[in-house]
Amino acid sequence: MTAPPRLPAPTRLILGPFNRVEGDLEVTLDVSEGVVQAAQVTAPLFRGFETILAGRAPADALVVAPRVCGICSVSQSAAAAGALARLAGIEAPPNGRLAADLVLACENLADHVTHFALFFMPDFARAAYAGRPWHATVRERYAAGRGRSQQRLVAARARLLHLLGLLAGKWPHSLALQPGGTTRAVDGGERIRLMGILAEFRECLEEVLFAGPLDEVAALDSPAALARWADAAPDSRGDFRLFLAIARDLELDRLGRGPAAFLSHGGFGLWPAGTLMDGIGGPLDTAQMREDPAHSWMAGPPAHPADGTTVPDADKPGAYSWCKAPRLAGRPAEVGALARHAVAGDPLARGLVGNGGGSVRDRVVMRLVEAARLLIAMEGWVRRLTPGEPFCHDAPLPEDGAAAGLVEAARGALGHWLTVRRGVIHNYQIVAPTTWNFSPRDQDGQPGPLEQALAGTPVQPGEDTPLAVQHVVRSFDPCMACTVH
Amino acid sequence: MAHPDAPPFSVLWLQAGSCGGCTMSALAADDVGLVRALGRFGARLLWHPSLSEESGAAALTLLEDAAAGRRPVDALCVEGAVLTGPAGSGRFQMLSGSGRPMAYWVESIARQARYVLAVGSCAAYGGIAAAEGAATGAVGLQYLDGGAGGLLGGEFRSAGGLPVINVAGCAPHPGWLLETLAALALGEGESLALDSLGRPRAFADHLAHHGCGRNEFYEFKASAARPSDRGCLMENLGCKATQAPGDCNLRRWNAYGSCTDGGFTCIGCTMPGFQDPGAPFQQTPKLAGIPVGLPLDMPKAWFVALAALSKSATPPRVRVNAHADHVIVPPARKPPKQP
Repeated sequence: MTAPPRLPAPTRLILGPFNRVEGDLEVTLDVSEGVVQAAQVTAPLFRGFETILAGRAPADALVVAPRVCGICSVSQSAAAAGALARLAGIEAPPNGRLAADLVLACENLADHVTHFALFFMPDFARAAYAGRPWHATVRERYAAGRGRSQQRLVAARARLLHLLGLLAGKWPHSLALQPGGTTRAVDGGERIRLMGILAEFRECLEEVLFAGPLDEVAALDSPAALARWADAAPDSRGDFRLFLAIARDLELDRLGRGPAAFLSHGGFGLWPAGTLMDGIGGPLDTAQMREDPAHSWMAGPPAHPADGTTVPDADKPGAYSWCKAPRLAGRPAEVGALARHAVAGDPLARGLVGNGGGSVRDRVVMRLVEAARLLIAMEGWVRRLTPGEPFCHDAPLPEDGAAAGLVEAARGALGHWLTVRRGVIHNYQIVAPTTWNFSPRDQDGQPGPLEQALAGTPVQPGEDTPLAVQHVVRSFDPCMACTVH
Repeated sequence: MAHPDAPPFSVLWLQAGSCGGCTMSALAADDVGLVRALGRFGARLLWHPSLSEESGAAALTLLEDAAAGRRPVDALCVEGAVLTGPAGSGRFQMLSGSGRPMAYWVESIARQARYVLAVGSCAAYGGIAAAEGAATGAVGLQYLDGGAGGLLGGEFRSAGGLPVINVAGCAPHPGWLLETLAALALGEGESLALDSLGRPRAFADHLAHHGCGRNEFYEFKASAARPSDRGCLMENLGCKATQAPGDCNLRRWNAYGSCTDGGFTCIGCTMPGFQDPGAPFQQTPKLAGIPVGLPLDMPKAWFVALAALSKSATPPRVRVNAHADHVIVPPARKPPKQP
């Protein structure tokens, strides 16, 4: 009898503080033979917003919920206002709808640019990549805190947020989004100013990111068209093209494959809600959602968010994250810009993922393509604002009822589930985009999307915080503040 | 501005139990972002969780050096409340990769740093993280709500001799933070004036009400009744701007706005305990029809008498416009002189 060959015991790496993600993240890796064998994703912060919301007047959610996250503040506002609007059975007037869409799209657009410039690209400026043909260019443009493009984009982002100063009073944490519409009407001059703000941001994107017309990027309709666009100019012409060159060189299209399951709540009337499972599109049945706390420091059985609870249990055996594990009909699913477009049947996104899951490259590509598309849509919405027409309807709330507010934040599907009894919030449950993407294992032991995406990631000898792992993690644009709340 | 040969003023930033919103606000500072805006005053970020290159082991080494005093920190900025639970263990927030609670890191580095800044109302007073219903043991650095104590205790003074500097607000205006850090970087820490709750007087000596674009409606008590109305937000919609410290309406937020200019009520986010107002945020509690939250330093009887008088003198223009989201009746014009 010969003993079976013994594999070397895996080395355990604990990664943290994991910076340039929004909020707190710890990743534990079991590494052997130069690749990640298994990953555990830990959200190490719990603040308890769902219990803070309980017992308050329903409209107080408009103050409390945005403060779940200062990055996705407007998205949280929009979900809360959406849930309250459904509770009141009211719709905003056309101006209010347009203004609310502008406010949310502005945050999403700013977030996409922030992610690219501040969180994702600086990793390619690291000394470990010295010698790559693109390294000097990236270093000059995206070195953390110094890169020229980074500074340009951060400044342009600040000036894009002027739109929120005008339409939402300030950012983050505004009360402008109400169930009946928005609180800030605009006059004729202000409408023109909004156009000016968007025009300035377009100039910056066309110069720094795309080195050409935004509309060409927005119209890309297949991986082949993307490749043709990339090949039409030298690699250093525009930072999107620079990224595509890096992606080719480092094979980022093979890195960080997530599950072949995507979902979207649908955004702005532009991109419909739905799912894409193993390459097959379908409707989104939110009744099939469950939050599973099997490996969370949370008590209770798996439950639909409308019936969910938030009971921390810091000593629970087998638990390793404050994050619960959302599942759709038992499956983990990836959310975000890639999911939004793949679900909507966009030919570029569908072409990128095929019947499988998304990669590091796919996520970044669709974020930037979406940025172009969003800006064009926003330009149209501003033109349709009609000064003098109402922005907000009254929205008296009933004493009892239940409703959900489902939106697409920059990072994907965000849902608020609200139950009101005798005029106060009885239960409030939030499932955020990164709750989906960075969920821990469920009761069946299925890893969450990032945990799946990390398996197989190469680790170079001597790396304590493997670079490829950092690319995979950051490609999701995680928002850990939202994740656990 | 700073002397070219002076060593940079080093700023270390930690995110405790936070939403990240104070960082996001600061990222729009002076329309160029925190890093460049600070650089103009000779200040440099030693490490920031959202902005720096160092991750993992490299970041941890830096924090260990700061906690041990091996790496000088001129200003420690803490964003977010410190979570001391469950049962005093601090396990509601572990600093990832370190095996220790964030409370440990905040306290250790605060005891070494020259100045300690609480960025935002959570770090200052507990804020929304310490709201009723939270069970995380959230505290501010030197306060819990309006009471001295918090993580570091009421007697705490940083190496530079100051208590925790409370750049309150949810989120604070990026200017409040930048101007405070710039003053410290310029060596003006000794003359930095703080109010009784640790807030820089530069912004806390004003009220959010000062410069409010709705002042004419306030004068005539022509009040908004519902969201998007142009009228004064105080009588019905819960506005606390006449009590809330801040030059919110004397400067602009994101170039064009402020809460009241954005059409919504001031919730008093620079005040300790703002998170639990005892009534819905967007409703003014009243006694016998009179708002209970009147300006703090005005005799109530006078306020009521003046309000009654001004209401009876309200021009129709103001009364009509108060209940619309745009100007219905423009101001009267003198008829042009006949030649």
